[in-house]
Amino acid sequence: MDTMISTYTLQVYWWLLVSIIGGFFVMMTFVQGGQTLLYRLGKTESERDLIVNAMGRKWELTFTTLVMFGGALFAAFPLFYAVSFGGAYYLWMAILFFFIIQAVSYEYRKKPNNLFGERFYEWMLFLNGTVGIFLIGVALGTLVTGGHFVRNDMNLSHWTTGSYGLEALLHPFNLAFGLMLVFLSRVLGSLYIYYVIDDTEIQKRALETLKRNTLIFLPLFLFVAGYILSQNGYRYDPKSHVVSAATLQYLHNYLSYPALLAILVAGVVSLLWGIYLALFKHKNNAFWYAALGTVMTVTAILFDLGINYTVFYPSLSDLQSSLTIENASGSHYTLFVMSIVSLLVPIVLAYIYAVWRSMDKHKLTKKEIESDPHHY
Amino acid sequence: MEHIDMLVDWSRAQFALTALYHWLFVPLTLGLTFIVAIMETIYVKTGDEWWKKTTKFWMTVLAINFAIGLATGIIMEFEFGTNWSNYSWIVGDIFGAPLAIEGLMAFFMESTFFAVMFFGWDKVSKKMHLLSTWLVAIGSNLSALWILVANGWMQHPMGMRFNPDTARNEMQNFWDVLFNPNAVNKFLHTVSSSYVLASLFVVGVSAWYLLKRREVKFAKRSIIVAASFGLLSSLYMLTTGDQSAYQVAHTQPMKLAAMEGLYKGEDRAGIIAFGILDPDKKPGDGKDPFIVKLEIPGALSFLGYHDLQAFVPGVDDLLYGNDKHHIAAIQQKIDEGKKAVATLKAYKEAKKSGDKERAKAALERFRAHEKYLGYGYLEKPEDAVPNIALTFYSFHTMVGLGTWFLILLILTLYYTMINEIEKKRWILYAALWSIPLAYVAHEMGWIVAEVGRQPWAIQDLLPVGMAASNLASTSVMITFWLFAILFTGLLIAEVKIMTTQIKNGPEEH
Repeated sequence: MDTMISTYTLQVYWWLLVSIIGGFFVMMTFVQGGQTLLYRLGKTESERDLIVNAMGRKWELTFTTLVMFGGALFAAFPLFYAVSFGGAYYLWMAILFFFIIQAVSYEYRKKPNNLFGERFYEWMLFLNGTVGIFLIGVALGTLVTGGHFVRNDMNLSHWTTGSYGLEALLHPFNLAFGLMLVFLSRVLGSLYIYYVIDDTEIQKRALETLKRNTLIFLPLFLFVAGYILSQNGYRYDPKSHVVSAATLQYLHNYLSYPALLAILVAGVVSLLWGIYLALFKHKNNAFWYAALGTVMTVTAILFDLGINYTVFYPSLSDLQSSLTIENASGSHYTLFVMSIVSLLVPIVLAYIYAVWRSMDKHKLTKKEIESDPHHY
Repeated sequence: MEHIDMLVDWSRAQFALTALYHWLFVPLTLGLTFIVAIMETIYVKTGDEWWKKTTKFWMTVLAINFAIGLATGIIMEFEFGTNWSNYSWIVGDIFGAPLAIEGLMAFFMESTFFAVMFFGWDKVSKKMHLLSTWLVAIGSNLSALWILVANGWMQHPMGMRFNPDTARNEMQNFWDVLFNPNAVNKFLHTVSSSYVLASLFVVGVSAWYLLKRREVKFAKRSIIVAASFGLLSSLYMLTTGDQSAYQVAHTQPMKLAAMEGLYKGEDRAGIIAFGILDPDKKPGDGKDPFIVKLEIPGALSFLGYHDLQAFVPGVDDLLYGNDKHHIAAIQQKIDEGKKAVATLKAYKEAKKSGDKERAKAALERFRAHEKYLGYGYLEKPEDAVPNIALTFYSFHTMVGLGTWFLILLILTLYYTMINEIEKKRWILYAALWSIPLAYVAHEMGWIVAEVGRQPWAIQDLLPVGMAASNLASTSVMITFWLFAILFTGLLIAEVKIMTTQIKNGPEEH
């Protein structure tokens, strides 16, 4: 039943799905961005409540997308799950730590007798939005800069540094990637707040922050994009699977697949167009252009890192241990079963869209928050 | 070796910590989502605003509990990678699928409609809101289904085959994995016991109001809904518990022996209604395992094999073998396993050097011993025995409490129906104090399931020592303490917030 589709096709399909989920996750980090802008945009308590509630209605979706990203990697590329999570241990554990603290903070912040006080939970939201997102960027950066792992012929692996992933923090590209995500999330966060909240003061400040954060985000993005495109990277021989150094592999992939390049360019343009619409045309729905642009850009970047016989996770300790979508993937059968399950994706997206629309039909106002005893 | 033992111990400790904390929050969510859905249905049917207020109150309690369950859940998923990376590779091809499906089918449903349930009262129609509440309940229970499919597979792996080229187990039949009898039963037992816990929670909180002589109407109505739901679930839970024992007898006999402290197998084996184990008892020493015991003869044979006369093997039979009942000794299995390990290695080497003939021969020999590959990673036969005292006491506490809950729910429901519950203050006190007991029973259940499975991460297939990530044990120790402090802080905050909300009462809603 499942022999019609080649294993390689399934591997590429799943790499694409993982890239898309990654794209959606980065887009959804507007929640984290908003969390870090709580005090910048909210000068009074009721303004801050308004912002927390705007974000609080979406945080679970972001969280779920992150879990889905992990789950898809586990099912489709279990060797990456094993090698990276089990090796860059401190890095991933730190990411988890900075996401757990988010989950309770919305619910507990305003509740009486919450043990640590309101400010504590606001700090947790801030740390999740800054350190949490930054570390995710660092971890994603290692897809280009590589990791210190060795894998034996039983495919069991171990890390060769005692810092278990913290060494990734020493690489300027990883740092830039992390910072870029933080500022992108703040750009998206300001755009979302500008879109969803009906309060002139907050909206005015949101445009202000949007401008500032865009000015920091853009050079970081240019650096990251330029770095990736100028890297040589590694590729593997499709027959022998031997890994070797390549020349401008990531750029080469874009040139080999003009459609992918087009998505990347369209994504960047859409992101910038969204920012432009908000800053210069004061369009409320500018967020959606930026959001769509983010999904497209991130998907196009992640996808580029693994296709066309590119090594998507180079090993710095033993080149032949490096991971590719072919050697890290699940079996043909599992990929096929999961591909059938993936047909549910449009349904899931459809109900998320429908619910989102009906919930955000009217903009959020202070009045609504005050009249609802269930607010965050 | 000492390093490996320390590493495995810390890795297990961290996973147990996460799982036990996670399970403090999940069962209440699984059951309470249904209870609020039932209450909201009554509201929509009758249009009685009072039911809306009641629904909203229990939803507030649910929300406080929900977030922290989510937080601890994400760590569990990722800990399979961070702390059990060999596991992630060796069985990830099977195990990863239910986890990914859980995310796609269940988590998005939960998180999307959760927002509607809480913030959508005035934004969507009454019917749409009710539908959302039901979808949250269905979503959270669907997520339980998939994670228990994964857990059931760990207890009784099927539908896969070992691929020597990739050195992992690969899925052969998805339906075998999904409809694994162990998984189906585990799901039913876990969710029904979760409904019982949530019911006991609602009944206990309502009992507290009645003891304080406040919110009388609210409390009585809540008891009727919750106790009826709980009673039905409780009866169902008993049948699934019975099924579980049958499953365990057939697929994890060592676990069953540990659950009953049965060392020497026997026909007409009994169940220990009450017993204290001799702490000095060792397998094979011939001593009586019990200092005191009260036994129901034949009951274990019946439970495990649905036959009063059936032979139930004990720890000694399983460990040292029993010719009469055709049970191979663990040492024999270890010897077979070592051959499997060696022939697999030979196959790998032959393949590397390009010697096809030698590879083929090695592979044939490997297939002959393959069944016991997991045993090849055990050091000595005694390693195959789980912690008997922990398994035994956990199991008996769980069963005893489960029986008590059934009695309690019958009593509360009866006296509430005849409107005499306020006079029966001892029942109210008992109901209040049964809230923590419900949590104890749940944690004990997991200890039986997971400790009883040791030393296996995957029964007979992969021991925990082989499954762990190759890390420095101090790294795992550091994260263990970090998470222990964080979870404990969050738990205290949760309990404080929840008790404050309960004390404030439903009037504010």
